[in-house]
Amino acid sequence: MTHSTTPEAVDQSLLYPSPLKEFWQAFAHNKGAVAGLLFMIGMIICALFAPWLAPYNPSEQFRDFLLTPPSWLEGGQMQFLLGTDELGRDMLSRLIHGARLSLMIGLASVLLSMLPGILLGLVAGFFPRLLGPSIMRLMDVMLALPSLLLAVAIVAILGPGLINTVVAIAIVSLPSYVRLTRAAVMSELNRDYVTASRLAGSGLLRLMFVTVLPNCMAPLIVQATLSFSSAILDAAALGFLGLGVQPPTPEWGTMLASARDYIERAWWVVTLPGLAILLSVLAINLMGDGLRDALDPKLKNAV
Amino acid sequence: MSLLNIKNLSVRFGDANAVPVVDGLDIEVNEGEVLAIVGESGSGKSVTMMALMGLIEAPGIVKADQLQFDGHDMLSLKGKQRRKIVGKDLSMVFQDPMTALNPSFTVGYQIEEVLQQHLGLKGKAARARALQLLERVEIPAAASRLDAYPHQLSGGMSQRVAIAMAIAAEPKLLIADEPTTALDVTIQAQIMELLLDLQREQNMALVLITHDLAVVAETAQRVCVMYAGQAVELGHVPMLFDSPKHPYTEALLKAIPEHSLGAKRLATLPGIVPGRFDRPHGCLLSPRCPYAQADCKAQRPDLVPHAHGAVRCFYPLNLNSEVA
Amino acid sequence: MLSFIARRLGLLIPTFFGVTLLTFALIRMIPGDPVEVMMGERRVDPAMHAEALHRLGLDKPLYTQYFDYIGNLAQGDLGESLRTRESVWHEFTTLFPATLELSLAALLFAGTLGLIAGVIAALKRGSLFDHGVMGISLAGYSMPIFWWGLLLIMFFSVWLGWTPVSGRIDLLYDIEPRTGFMLIDTLLSDEEGAFVSALRHLILPAVVLGTIPLAVIARMTRSAMLEVLREDYVRTARAKGLSPARVVFIHGLRNALIPVLTVFGLQIGALLAGAVLTETIFSWPGIGKWLIESIGARDYPVVQNGILLIACLVILVNFIVDILYGLANPRIRHQR
Repeated sequence: MTHSTTPEAVDQSLLYPSPLKEFWQAFAHNKGAVAGLLFMIGMIICALFAPWLAPYNPSEQFRDFLLTPPSWLEGGQMQFLLGTDELGRDMLSRLIHGARLSLMIGLASVLLSMLPGILLGLVAGFFPRLLGPSIMRLMDVMLALPSLLLAVAIVAILGPGLINTVVAIAIVSLPSYVRLTRAAVMSELNRDYVTASRLAGSGLLRLMFVTVLPNCMAPLIVQATLSFSSAILDAAALGFLGLGVQPPTPEWGTMLASARDYIERAWWVVTLPGLAILLSVLAINLMGDGLRDALDPKLKNAV
Repeated sequence: MSLLNIKNLSVRFGDANAVPVVDGLDIEVNEGEVLAIVGESGSGKSVTMMALMGLIEAPGIVKADQLQFDGHDMLSLKGKQRRKIVGKDLSMVFQDPMTALNPSFTVGYQIEEVLQQHLGLKGKAARARALQLLERVEIPAAASRLDAYPHQLSGGMSQRVAIAMAIAAEPKLLIADEPTTALDVTIQAQIMELLLDLQREQNMALVLITHDLAVVAETAQRVCVMYAGQAVELGHVPMLFDSPKHPYTEALLKAIPEHSLGAKRLATLPGIVPGRFDRPHGCLLSPRCPYAQADCKAQRPDLVPHAHGAVRCFYPLNLNSEVA
Repeated sequence: MLSFIARRLGLLIPTFFGVTLLTFALIRMIPGDPVEVMMGERRVDPAMHAEALHRLGLDKPLYTQYFDYIGNLAQGDLGESLRTRESVWHEFTTLFPATLELSLAALLFAGTLGLIAGVIAALKRGSLFDHGVMGISLAGYSMPIFWWGLLLIMFFSVWLGWTPVSGRIDLLYDIEPRTGFMLIDTLLSDEEGAFVSALRHLILPAVVLGTIPLAVIARMTRSAMLEVLREDYVRTARAKGLSPARVVFIHGLRNALIPVLTVFGLQIGALLAGAVLTETIFSWPGIGKWLIESIGARDYPVVQNGILLIACLVILVNFIVDILYGLANPRIRHQR
């Protein structure tokens, strides 16, 4: 009897691409994701080399050039490419330094929420009797408040500032990591490979971190990019409300707050910082979509 | 004139050069007749009937020399005109009853919808008729089931509801697409019984799509055996079973467990139906056919009529052993 | 159905107590001396300090303080504002209709436009319209709405002069607040042009607040519709000879609405957060602006119980969405 197993199958397995290459191919297939990645690389370069890239010190005030329009407009000056703000500070320099700040806030708050979040999620998943439900109830309570409001509440108590902004945003994004990790752990725990590892005598810590956790990473990585973008958005919103980073620090949201009064005279001080926020959030979200498609094919059709 | 007349039907998915899923198919059904379409999964049985119902959507392309039902040219009929026929004179029961009913609406609503659409029945009249229909398809405690949601019914019950929906407007032709495949073995016979009962009672034509030849032997008057989108043999029931002309029909018959009584192994046909991209050059069955000759691999045979049907084979079997 | 509601109601109680714990803890996490922080001055006279501490109940042990807090809440006593000496509950109920009106207008805008755009995009999958909807909704989803509001003000109010910049109605009208909804109150009053003025004030804030929900709903509707249109029961509906409109809207959309409704519910929390920003930009006298101003003024009783009230509101709305979800999805409703 001839079976329909094809002899090519063997050859194909030899040609099977490495996971990294396969991931990159899937990611590169998504044009939006690549565009987002390129934008992010540009932003990271801005952030890393801000003092050298920016033409001026972001706090330096040119008293003779208050609210100078961007260079291509009538009245614009070549020395101030994107114009100046109400105190005569160079917009371009402030935007470049703002990128540094936004990325820093995003990175710090993601790390600060992801690590404890994953830990709590693992614990909640591994101890479904008492510890798990109590952790989850706590997270439910935190989720009862919309994230920005909770952040506002925390900052209201701790007081405004850079560090408190990061702390507030980290606390706010904690529940989603816990929930996600726990859900992933719960579904992995039923798999045979976990049972096998258990039977082979793996201890609890080994089971948690070596056996189960790596298999839960895909959705967590996607969540990390998404919460990175919402961290930038929330930080800007806090700054705009006057509860975040305080002036004269060139944070994009804070810049917008002080630009509000010049809405009738100088559109660029209002438009440019917001555009920077929108584009960076958009870029990260595009990247997140690409990551999700590439890392987690199961989620592809979900939303 | 026959009720349904299909000539040279082809269905493709993708562009006009794509390999057809159904290819050059002729089918005729008379009023009150039971025709069985038999074949393995992927042989194009369901697609044929979906094409007739107008359920093939882009990128599917349906072409035919003739696609006539009850005097209407179903290919040229558009929109409203077509919908006056589909669901009324021409209706269909699908394979999986658990997904074929809308989970958000009650059973009664879904039946009444047909009554309103095609018979103009509304309100109490529609509800009374729906109840009658449920009773007709032998649903116990029918009155209470009217307000049930599909997820509250078993598979067999759901299929009965689907049948009630299909016969609600007393169709002239009912297409049953593997109506028992998704059901428990114990329920299968009951559902077949019900379908045949209804067929006789309302004198409607029934096209039964199936891969269960045992069922065909008991129910159908004529059979169309399909393989890879083509009809390979047409014939009347006792003859086709007694003396299959096509090697594929013969293989299918041999695969019925009852035929293998006493044998150590159940006879099977090795291999699978060729897909869209691995069509053999010659006769589509040639890679799997135990009788294949050199010219079978080179050329495709045509469907050739004989005394009691038609067969698509260069070397048909049992032609001389014909019983009168 | 009743037992379904009762079960969901039972789940609310622990969450509610959790939230009271949170708001209770918040106020006690203020760094430094609470009395000094609240009075806004250093080195308060020791006698006054002790008196204030006693008045605020901060001299008792923590658990007593918590039970006092719960006891006061149970009696409907939410404390009073340090600024206005008005009761927090009174201020909340006066300002809340403004936020509700704005939110409902935003949801109406987002819901109708999002559903229509999502359904059409799904039906015309791969078309220019589909790509357009997906692109715009991605941008909308990433939008810093406080900036979006400023942009719209700049364009429509400053350059075109079409819409007013702030408030709920022109100052020249004096509308008696009967329902608290400006649109309804202006209709009830016989002031000419008041309704139009209220409507003109409402449009921009509603659009701004509705932007993110709009993006989310359009995206979700599209993907849910695509999923549902592939289902067997849609094929059955077509095989019944029903009109395309009936197939799409009754058999398709009805089922696609279930996931959309969930997302819609999740958006309501985000909507309240958005209201804080929107109300600040447009000087809309609602609870969002109230909360931010109270934070600025260190009006802690308002901050604490304002947050509690908003959290309860979110919990309540989620509860209602849950019930609606049960109504829309018979499979959930009948779950044991």
